[in-house]
Amino acid sequence: MIGIEHYIVVSAILFVLGVLGIFLNRKNIIVILMAIELILLSVNINLVAFSSFLGDMVGQVFAMFVLTVAAGEAAVGLAILVIYFRGRGTIAVDDVDRLKG
Amino acid sequence: MSYATSLYLTGAEVGLSLTGLVLLLVAAWGGTKSARLVTILSVAALIGAAIFSVGLFDRAGSEVAGRAFGDLYRADAFGSFAKILIYLATSAVLVVTPRFYTHSGSYRAEYPVLMVFNAVGMGMMVSATDLMTLYIGLEMSSLSSYVLASFLKQDDRSSEAGLKYFVLGALASGIILYGISLVYGFTGSTNYEGIRAAFATSFPTGALFGVVFVLAGLAFKVSAVPFHMWTPDVYEGAPTPVTAFFASAPKVAAMGMLLRMAMDPFAGEVDAWRQIVIFAALASIVVGALGAIGQQNLKRLLAYSSINNVGFILIGLAAATPAGIAGALTYLAIYVAMVVGSFTALLMLRDPAGNNLETFADISGLSTRRPALAWSLLALMFSLAGIPPLFGFWGKFVVFQAAVQADLVALAAIGIAASVIGAFYYLKFIKVMFFDEPLREVEASSPVSHWAVLAICVAVISPLGYLLTIPLGDWTAQAAASFVAAM
Repeated sequence: MIGIEHYIVVSAILFVLGVLGIFLNRKNIIVILMAIELILLSVNINLVAFSSFLGDMVGQVFAMFVLTVAAGEAAVGLAILVIYFRGRGTIAVDDVDRLKG
Repeated sequence: MSYATSLYLTGAEVGLSLTGLVLLLVAAWGGTKSARLVTILSVAALIGAAIFSVGLFDRAGSEVAGRAFGDLYRADAFGSFAKILIYLATSAVLVVTPRFYTHSGSYRAEYPVLMVFNAVGMGMMVSATDLMTLYIGLEMSSLSSYVLASFLKQDDRSSEAGLKYFVLGALASGIILYGISLVYGFTGSTNYEGIRAAFATSFPTGALFGVVFVLAGLAFKVSAVPFHMWTPDVYEGAPTPVTAFFASAPKVAAMGMLLRMAMDPFAGEVDAWRQIVIFAALASIVVGALGAIGQQNLKRLLAYSSINNVGFILIGLAAATPAGIAGALTYLAIYVAMVVGSFTALLMLRDPAGNNLETFADISGLSTRRPALAWSLLALMFSLAGIPPLFGFWGKFVVFQAAVQADLVALAAIGIAASVIGAFYYLKFIKVMFFDEPLREVEASSPVSHWAVLAICVAVISPLGYLLTIPLGDWTAQAAASFVAAM
């Protein structure tokens, strides 16, 4: 029998993978964008699972909002990435080092 | 409660959203030529929204107590106070913005529109009384901020600042959201009142995790240590007017959101979050003070200064009393005047060719070239350091007083000691401007709009500001009472 705990565990695993994907990733920034999506999706799993468990619709409405915002966020992120690539010709994480100190 | 009442209570946001949409069409139609017109209309709309918020300041006595749309949103004294600050700071920054871009010719009509949408989001952040409204407001403000940070498309540093801000900001939003989902799951409600009621009966470990995640994400948005690492890079890389904006209005919005969260839904769990806030406050004060030493870039230095100031505001929150909240709001109001003034002065520093100057070498010997500007900067820096005749001292005084009254004497003592370290780099400004030899040519005059904004800010932080202590005390006490009424 699959209960609420299973959903929470899956969601926690996805969340941790997303956070690690941002911090451990040394390849390129597209991977970071994917990791961010992973975090938002883990939140959605949580919201929908809780919503069904509690018998309360608010969680599902919230999940819809999160999906919408995630789309907007991906659009803005990719646009900034394109500007960055035009100027620097690379999207490797290690090359993002013009500002430091 | 009728729909019309709800629309009236959310009038500032509704008005600004409609203005923003119309101006977006004007911008699309008129292109770059319409930039000036769109900027003027945006400033007018923001000032109008601030005046409208003044009218909503005292709603506590009304039958709905400022609740709109089924308590998704509350137009109370706290929200109105924060919104007045936000709208005024945004319009002041917008007034001094266009000239920065004339040199590179990259000013566009979309810029003020983004600021207006950002202001809508910030207004929702401080008035949200439901996690859903909070999230939408937060994202509305953040998404436009990412775009603003990378607005100088041809400048590598600007696009890098935008990219860093986007990645870390999106991570912070994700952390807040994960916390929200846990809080919702363990309380069964996204409404602040519902959450407080649920926490009053039981406070499971899962909910504690949720609270900690939400607070960590919010600490990120206010750039409190240990979540401050994006601040210096973003402040340095972003165009100077955008940095001025980031340091003022969004700080007020994020701090307002944090104060409301801590004092409304999480008000019963003060013991759970107080330790975190105390740690963040002390760490921010110390890291902000130490990190600024040795910086050559003035924008980067002001970034550390803003981290330092956030620490002092958090001391007010750590007190978790109405006096502490009122103190934090007083500090925020004075801080906005100081930071807008400092960045306006920075924007007035240009070489004769029109390039902006932003390092210590550029301001050396400024007192001989631009005495009025040098003296204004002197007053602003002394005020940021909290030196008594200036108004910046009052902000520090009220938060420390609240902390001592709440038996946090050690916290106040360490805070005061660390503010002495901070004075070091503010004094460096004075040394460089008044005692060093001039190294660079600076532009001889600045436009009236810049002088006007600078004069207002300097007047507020000058000893004249003490005339404001009584009204400011009344307003912030009334704003803090919004939560006591809810408690």
